[in-house]
Order: sequence, then structure tokens, then C-alpha cells
Amino acid sequence: MINNTPPAGPASAPEAEPAGGMTRRTAIKALGATLGAAAFAQAIAPLTEWAENMSLDEYLQKHYRELSPFDLGVVMARMEQITKEETGVDVHIGDYRPQPGVKFGYALNLSVCVGCRRCAKACHIENNHDRPSGNSYIRVLEMEKGSLDLAKGRVNYDKPVPHPDKFYMPVQCQQCDKPPCVSVCPVEATWKESDGIVVVDYNWCIGCRYCEAACPYHARRFNWTKPQVPAAEINPDQGYLSNRLRPQGVMEKCTFCLHRSRQGKLPACLEACPTGARVFGNLLDPESEIRWVLKNKRVFVLKEEVGTQPSFFYFFDE
Amino acid sequence: MKGRLILLPLASVVLLALGGQWLLGEAKLGGAREFSAEVVSVGQPAKPTKPAARAEVPPHRPAGYQPKVATGLIDHHGNAVGVACMTCHATKTPNLEAGREGRVPAEFHQKLVYAHGEQSCLSCHNSEDYDALRLADGRKLAFADAQKLCQQCHGPQTRDYLHGSHGGMRGYWDKTKGERTRLTCTDCHDAHAPAYPAWTPVFAPKDGGALQQKAREEKSNHSTTTHDQ
Repeated sequence: MINNTPPAGPASAPEAEPAGGMTRRTAIKALGATLGAAAFAQAIAPLTEWAENMSLDEYLQKHYRELSPFDLGVVMARMEQITKEETGVDVHIGDYRPQPGVKFGYALNLSVCVGCRRCAKACHIENNHDRPSGNSYIRVLEMEKGSLDLAKGRVNYDKPVPHPDKFYMPVQCQQCDKPPCVSVCPVEATWKESDGIVVVDYNWCIGCRYCEAACPYHARRFNWTKPQVPAAEINPDQGYLSNRLRPQGVMEKCTFCLHRSRQGKLPACLEACPTGARVFGNLLDPESEIRWVLKNKRVFVLKEEVGTQPSFFYFFDE
Repeated sequence: MKGRLILLPLASVVLLALGGQWLLGEAKLGGAREFSAEVVSVGQPAKPTKPAARAEVPPHRPAGYQPKVATGLIDHHGNAVGVACMTCHATKTPNLEAGREGRVPAEFHQKLVYAHGEQSCLSCHNSEDYDALRLADGRKLAFADAQKLCQQCHGPQTRDYLHGSHGGMRGYWDKTKGERTRLTCTDCHDAHAPAYPAWTPVFAPKDGGALQQKAREEKSNHSTTTHDQ
């Protein structure tokens, strides 16, 4: 559809001036300008919407690992203030750093686990998860005895447990030593800390979900909406890198409850376990319970063949 | 000619060094994007002292704890009325055969569900003092220490319990920072019928994985089931 006729030059055919003093050229220019302005307004409309939800401070906020302790204090105070304004709840957001000489390990006794899903529920409550979607970092698979095929695990079982022909395998972040989720992140919004915990800076994450696709354990979760938690149920003990209220459109994951574990406490899922199937501790302490399990039980890791080197171990009693 | 050949690599080395300097300078300018690797410790560093408490069973029941037998009656405060064992057993002759090979007591304890192997009542209860228990070697054992009774037979479970891989717990993994409370055997296992009961699972998942699985199952069962869920 190319018009091959030469454009009419001003000398070849001068147009007759209409009575109103307006040429077709000016009319088209005006129309073009109007359409252009409208298109521009339409194009920047998302920006104006977005600006309402985000302060300038938040937009200009640096990466967690670039923030000075003072600036991080300012950021956390601002977040506490925003939570107070939005929900009326006084929360405390802390910056819990890895302790020297500590590397966390988790072990789970599949012979003892009954599949009651109390760990998943405790995670939901502890980590201020979105209530409507029932989010949790733990997925409990009901598995056929004699097979470790995760694809055959069922998550929505609802009959009394344990079923005599099944065993139950809770799966959460394995805090891999070679985490594929970290290496695929295009903006370094997720990284592995010295105590082994893989964390996310929710304010740096762009929500591309590459990490979710990269994780062989399906351990990462995406906030499709801003998580809704009733004010009365908000857990006020929060960590910047763990259970603070997340914004919409960012990834999140299990952090072994670092706001608890880095203060020496046990993770919420372990405390909720009625059977004691879960063992948590410091892998670098030869006297720790987790080390006893690694030494005396036949432990295995999930999908060893993919080379992720998890810090999460499973075992059966002999 | 030879001198020139030597000069050429020399000049390139000098140029490279200069270029490297310049590149390094650039890298420094852009260094704000590099993350510092140093780790700041907020809490106390983990103490190197060995936690001595690993193989110790913390008392869960208070010393002097005595169980009571429910009567089904309710007092005027609304509390259930229980009677101490010796209220009745002080005047009764011990029945050495009770509980053995499914023999239930002729009277009393009729509602007791008993499914604990080949034990008789007096394998554990003390016929000389019903307010106490009895170890296999005949020694008297307070009810508060009932765990020791279980440990006589259940070796692997005891070993795992003492190493923290059996039985629920709460508190601190780092015992230099806080206390830990642990459940004991009879918190989860009924001493008379110790098989762990079946539970109704809580917190059914609502996420995409569950929905996808449901769809998959419905697809595979399409010929046999209707979509009545």
C-alpha cells in the first residue's frame, strides 16, 4: 500500500483557501496533536496510578545490602509507620543478621510425620500470609509408599491421616547451597546469606518470577495481590527479610523464620509439629541435634541429581 | 630491528597497565552497585560452650503430680470430679491378672481402652502403692517420671527423643539464649493405648498447585466420576 504518486508540491497545485481560514494541513495537525496528547496521557496513566501507591522514598530506596545501618533504620521505621497508618497495628520490623559460626540445617523424619498440615498452618500465621489464597511456604505431599516420585504426591487430601498406605512429605524451601533461584534473578533481589538462608529483598524484586520457574522444589510464592491479613491477626514480630507485610507483585519464600531462628528460636513450623518429625539446628555445631541426625540416620535430599545441594534433609527411621 | 621488536611488547604492556588503571577507576565509580560481603552481627555470637542439656529429659509434670480417675461428676464450680487411685485401691486386693491376655477388671475402669501389647495392669502400676508406678525391677517410680517407664522397652524412640528427633518441642534451638520445653511420651501417646491416633488434617491448600492437581484428577477420572465436587 505505497502511494507511488509524487507528493504535490506547493508550486504544482496551490490549494484554495477555505472561507474559515483553516487549511486541511492545520486541521490534520490539530487532530494529530490532540490524538498525540491523548495517547501520551493514556500511556503515562499507569505511572500516575503507581505513584499513588508508592512514596518517592520507597521508589528511591536502595538495595538492602547497600543500605547503611542508619538508612535501613529509617526504612524500617517508615515501613512500621505505613503499617500503622494502613492497619492500625503497631508492628516491630527488625533487621536480623546471620550469626557467625552458624549454618542452619533442617531435617524431617518421614516415619513420624502424620501429614496433619499443622506446620503449613503455623507458617501461614507466623509469616503474615495472604488469607484469601491460604498461602503457606509449606506444601505437604501425600505420597504412595515405596515411591519418591514427587509428581505423584497429592496435596489436597482431606481424609483422616495417616493413611496406612501413604506417607507424608512436607516440602518447603530447601535453602540450597547452589540455589538456582538466586543465579537466575536478573536484579540480584535474592541471595544466599552466610548462615545458608536464601532471602529476598521485597523492595528490590521486580516480580519477573524467573526464580519461581527455576526452583526444582516449587518453593517460591508470588504475591498476585497485596496480601490481605486481618489487623487482629497480623504477627507484629517482623523481620525486614522475612515476614513483614509484602507488597503486591513480588516473590517470597521460606526463610526458616529468620526473625526467630537468628534470635536462637525454633522456626514456627517446628513448634507446631505435634509429632517432633522436624529437627532444626546449627550444622556447624558438632553437638547439635541436626548433626546427630545426619550422623546416625540415613538421610537423603530431594532431587539430589539436580545438584542444588539442599540444607534440608529427609530421613526414615530404620 | 631487534630493539624495536622488544619495544613493541613493552609498549603494549605499558598501555595495558594504563588501560587497566583506567578500567579499575571506572569500576570504582560503579562500585556502588557492588555488595559488601561483610556480615554484621546483631545478636550475640554463638558461644563455643557445649550445650550440656542435649541428653537430659526436662521435667514436664511438676514433682508430686498425681493423676486422678474421672468419675463423670461435676462439682458446684463446674469442674470435673476425679478421685485419687488410693481412694479405692487402699481397700482392694491387687488383681495380678488384670489386663493380661485381654482380661478386663470385673468392676471399675470399664471405659478404659486397653491396647498396649501383652502388659498387665501391674506391669506398670504399683500394687504396693497405687499412687505410684513400678519399674520392671520393682523400684517405685513417681507419676511425674512416667517417661522412665516407657524407656524400659522403647529404646529407639528413647534414643531419638533424647537426641531431639522425636516428640514436639517449643522454644530455642540455641540453648545459650533461652529455654526449651518438650512434650513427654504421654502427652501424645495414651499410656493404655499408645498407637498414635488418626487426625483430620487442617488447613487444606487453596493455591494453584492444589487446583491444578484437582483438575488433573478430574480429567483422569472423567470416565468414572461426575463433577460433583
